[in-house]
Amino acid sequence: MVASAAERPGARSAPEVEPARASEHAFRLGLATIAVLVVRDLKRFFRQKSRVLGALVQPLIFWLAIGSGFNASFRFPGAGAEGSVSYMSYFFPGVIVMVVLFTAIFTTLSLIEDRHQGFLQAVMVAPGARWALVLGKTLGGVTIAMVQAGIFLALAPWAGFSLGHVQWVTLLFTLLFTAVGLSALGFTLAWWLDSVQGYHAVMSVLLIPAWVLSGAMFPIERGSAWLAVAAHLNPVAYSVAAVRRALYGGVGTAGLGTSAWLEFAVVLGFAFLTVALGVWISRFGRVARPRRAKTAGGGAR
Amino acid sequence: MLAATSTPMTPMSQAPGGPLLVVEGLRRSYGDRVALDGLSFSVGRGEIFGLLGPNGAGKTTTFHILAGLLAPEAGRILLAGRETGPEDPAYRARLGVVFQHPSLDLKLTGRENLQLGAGLYALPRRVARERIEELLRLVDLTERADELVEQYSGGMRRRLELARVLLHEPQILVLDEPSRGLDQPSLRRFWEQILELRARRGLTVLLTTHQPEEAEYCDRLGVLDGGRLVACDTPAALRKRVGNERILIEGDRPEELVEVISTRFDLHAPAVQVVDGRVVVEAPRAHELVPRLVEAFPGGRLRSVSLRAPTLADVFVRLTGHGLPEGDEGAV
Repeated sequence: MVASAAERPGARSAPEVEPARASEHAFRLGLATIAVLVVRDLKRFFRQKSRVLGALVQPLIFWLAIGSGFNASFRFPGAGAEGSVSYMSYFFPGVIVMVVLFTAIFTTLSLIEDRHQGFLQAVMVAPGARWALVLGKTLGGVTIAMVQAGIFLALAPWAGFSLGHVQWVTLLFTLLFTAVGLSALGFTLAWWLDSVQGYHAVMSVLLIPAWVLSGAMFPIERGSAWLAVAAHLNPVAYSVAAVRRALYGGVGTAGLGTSAWLEFAVVLGFAFLTVALGVWISRFGRVARPRRAKTAGGGAR
Repeated sequence: MLAATSTPMTPMSQAPGGPLLVVEGLRRSYGDRVALDGLSFSVGRGEIFGLLGPNGAGKTTTFHILAGLLAPEAGRILLAGRETGPEDPAYRARLGVVFQHPSLDLKLTGRENLQLGAGLYALPRRVARERIEELLRLVDLTERADELVEQYSGGMRRRLELARVLLHEPQILVLDEPSRGLDQPSLRRFWEQILELRARRGLTVLLTTHQPEEAEYCDRLGVLDGGRLVACDTPAALRKRVGNERILIEGDRPEELVEVISTRFDLHAPAVQVVDGRVVVEAPRAHELVPRLVEAFPGGRLRSVSLRAPTLADVFVRLTGHGLPEGDEGAV
């Protein structure tokens, strides 16, 4: 029927699939779209040497500088070897979550750039479903965040953690779902925002407060009441608490005073919620249009 | 069908099987402003159909609706006789969409961009590999396939984009202002490739344009103004509606020339007027007027006198009462 397809033996004609096979085909297209987007983000990330280096060196400097600065002055009662925890050790889980937080969100915030360069539009006109676009972009951020968190975790012995003691499976899944949640949040924000200014606003209004109020730098229960309330409403705080707990072999140290199950449930729930939000906004939110059209409020042409 | 496509410049909306794409009653507004006011047209198999109009006429809105980036308020789309739309993956798989600005990843190489494109359409790996090499040859980028796209020129990017859009062998190409951002040689080359693809594969092409020169490549043109079609015909037939040839006269002090011509030849505005510093005379049997004009102004008073057939830009002015924008003001 299609001349082009008939001419070439290797060619598949445009999918004129019967309904029964259509959903299977859509699923296959979805998986292919996800794979393509993940590979693309990995390629882009590892191709930019400065980005790779910065992503590793920055948290390291952060941990060493702030950690050793406070190390002399502060000690926390907890599950350390001598019944107390050094600040370097207390701060370590917070830095790991910071690595995940910033990497995951900034990888998916690149959607803003994708839209301005027109790349996003090419994905949207392709037959893959919107959920595949969301998951592809999200899992790209997750993969990069996990690689970086993994590299940083190699420093755990120097933070005073014994590798044999760590609950690795819990740690892995906590970090994984934290990364999913934050990447999907980045996707949703990027879909909704339209400019680099928005990007910096996200950074200062959302990310830094979320991290600072997560118990990453100081124990929540020692602060004032409003701090505790803010932390209990902050999904990142549950990630920090869960990561810290897993690193200490299942003992909650200076956390939110919550149980391991609640912490994991919040992390998981946050991941599902943000992915759902991402799918929703990409299907029903204002449609991303190429850069020329948006300059006049979408009404110029 | 293939035989029909090998005779270019013939409208094929009456080809067997009916039109490939039918758009009916498309409506869309932005706030109070109506961008599309019940737009309908159809594109035959193997046909090159152009939507001609200035910015704001509704071209890009139409393009965005067909590409699925914008939802219409009313109207429907039929592909090969079946009602469908961008929400249907099968529809998207049959479409090849070329944006004004190439939608490539600049941080990847040309070949990687094509691999990515193949992945988005879930092409089997072996098929993808063959087609990528074949298309790289077609668009003449084999040698530079492993360079980052950010090092490509505008013309190269456009060619790579074309290759990427052809990977999944779409039935119909939808192009938004293909001339934008391309210099004349690149544009000519781009169109040679489109025409060749049409001849070889029976590709159907729908494009938007505001350039009369580009509109000449179309088999049929829909002239768009204020969100509706004011005419729809072949370029030749449209030109016939304007009829008269035009004489272009270049010389110093054109206003003075207009006065002299008006009195001597009994021609009055708008039949004789100054347009862009040149005197334009529009008259029936204008060619007979040329020698008399030359004789009327001896002694090098005129720098040049030329005769031209009416262009699609003239057609547009006649149909809508206003002009197409000159030049390519939106070029990158």
